[in-house]
Amino acid sequence: MSVAAVIDAPARRQKRVLPGFGLTMGLTLTYVGIIVLLPVIALVLKGAEIGPVRFWDIVTAPRTLAALRLTITAAALATVFNALYGLLMAWVLVRYRFPGRRLLDAMMDIPFALPTAVAGLALTALFSENGWYGAILAPAGISVVYTIWGVAIAMTFTSIPFVVRTVQPILEDLDHSQEEAARTLGATPFQIFARVIFPAILPAFLIGTTIAFARSLGEFGAVIFIAGNLPMKTEIASLLAVIRLEEYDYNGAAAIALTLVAIALVLLALSNWLQARLTRRRVPA
Amino acid sequence: MTLAISHLARRFGATQVLRGIDLQVRQGELIALLGPSGSGKTTLLRIIAGLDWPDAGTLSFDGADWLGKSAAERRIGFVFQHYALFPHMTVRDNIAFGLSVLPRSERPGKTQIAATVDRLLAFLQIGGLADRYPAELSGGQRQRVALGRAMAIEPRVLLLDEPFGALDAQVRRDLRRWLRGVHDSAGTTTIFVTHDQEEAFELADRVVVMNGGVIEQTGQPDEIYDHPATPFVARFLGLTVELPVTMRAGRAHAAGLDLAALPRRAIPDGPATLFLRPADILPVPDPQAPFRVAEMATTGALLRIVAEDGTGCRIESEVPRRDGRDLRQGQPVALRAVAGQIFPGSGQQPAQPIHTPMTLKEARP
Repeated sequence: MSVAAVIDAPARRQKRVLPGFGLTMGLTLTYVGIIVLLPVIALVLKGAEIGPVRFWDIVTAPRTLAALRLTITAAALATVFNALYGLLMAWVLVRYRFPGRRLLDAMMDIPFALPTAVAGLALTALFSENGWYGAILAPAGISVVYTIWGVAIAMTFTSIPFVVRTVQPILEDLDHSQEEAARTLGATPFQIFARVIFPAILPAFLIGTTIAFARSLGEFGAVIFIAGNLPMKTEIASLLAVIRLEEYDYNGAAAIALTLVAIALVLLALSNWLQARLTRRRVPA
Repeated sequence: MTLAISHLARRFGATQVLRGIDLQVRQGELIALLGPSGSGKTTLLRIIAGLDWPDAGTLSFDGADWLGKSAAERRIGFVFQHYALFPHMTVRDNIAFGLSVLPRSERPGKTQIAATVDRLLAFLQIGGLADRYPAELSGGQRQRVALGRAMAIEPRVLLLDEPFGALDAQVRRDLRRWLRGVHDSAGTTTIFVTHDQEEAFELADRVVVMNGGVIEQTGQPDEIYDHPATPFVARFLGLTVELPVTMRAGRAHAAGLDLAALPRRAIPDGPATLFLRPADILPVPDPQAPFRVAEMATTGALLRIVAEDGTGCRIESEVPRRDGRDLRQGQPVALRAVAGQIFPGSGQQPAQPIHTPMTLKEARP
């Protein structure tokens, strides 16, 4: 080996942070490009064809507005419920040891595994007036099927795991001695949760909540069975896009789809920014 | 007496971690709980803190039972081994935490809390770090913040779990002196856990040596160093050379060993075990002696000599290099013990706490 080769060796090795960096990076970028980026670009290009005036007309048409309002409101309802319930469920799964805990843990994934259409059918059967839940709710004057509540329940069902699965690992890794430190310093259990535990899981909680919301916005399969899909009343935005598509109104479909994507992206960006802000000074430089 | 512990026992599953701990700590004392890992010292500290509860025994402070009180009610300051600082709070907020969680009726005003924190920051010499986050601090700085957070509530007792365990050697030494200074000026009764003998001896007024869930010996550092009460303490404090000897009229005898320098001991005639530090053994040239110099190695200031008799007994000694000038490889030597500790019986024996007169006196209420 020549002297130059010996001197060069460490420098050449330093370039390769990952083994097979070129291959892994190339594959992942190709994947992102074909599966994720290309469809979104196609959608944006399709939307651009429409022109701003026409785009605005489609989006502000009464039926579109009603669909968007319903979708966003129901998604917000579902997300609020899932945020609270998901946090509680993650807490129970991590903090307590009880028989059936692992089963409960596994059950959290059912909404992911179940085809959403199946979930929608099952929920509709349960909440219809002669279903198990509906039979109880109907006499009380509460109807779920074919209302915004039905939409929200379907969205809740399919996005339950997001908050649980993002908060759970953070809660598991939480340094127990921080809580003990707070306890020796005189903090009450509520203060320990509010001032020590919650700030630690907040970034993950935010991410989980945002993903749950984004998922609810686009939920289709589970919702269409229970919603009844009455235009202006219980028609969700993604269904309206499908209807436009079936009417060969590609521009209308693209405009509605783009609006949904934009809302979801803005939310994700906002939550990422918040998370970065929260954790900026927590990790060692 | 400030803190009184008696007959404390704790079991985790099948493991008896503490088996009857008796200890008294006086107001303002700085106590080290010294022992190898698994000796129960951290468990004892956590029980004093109110983070764990014993299965049996009592714990009282100034006569008041502490076992019925929560950690918060006891008002202790606990410094965790890895500091357990709140990562989402600045140094200032970390230190203020204990004051800011007080019930509204007892909570000092915002300006008053800020003044207390400022005073502590100055006292702990970390004034410039007030607005940093824990992740932006070095290990030694975090240690100071953790101590500041614990001291902010003006604890009755300060408890530190391996306070310097996670730091490198130089920082350790500096912080140790600094902590002694903090203790001397604040005067808080302090108990800390360590497995480092040097740390315990340099820092503490009194050292409690623990092993296997019992206290082996309690005493001032010099007293323990010079008079280890049990074979365990002797080994733990570096008396690593163990030799079988025969006791006759209070004096130890063994072939090739000059033990005249050891004081007479009230140990019955018969077999006994002599514990020596390598530094307390001096090889002296003696043509009649059974030992030969088998190995010699220099560490600069010291000469490490291994002496061997024909039967495979190897004894290590350390002498200042100038004292070993006359020694040569293979030379016959006698071994003179300058200081050592003798325990009755031969070889291994169950660890039985033997109280020195001093510890007996202290144990009396």
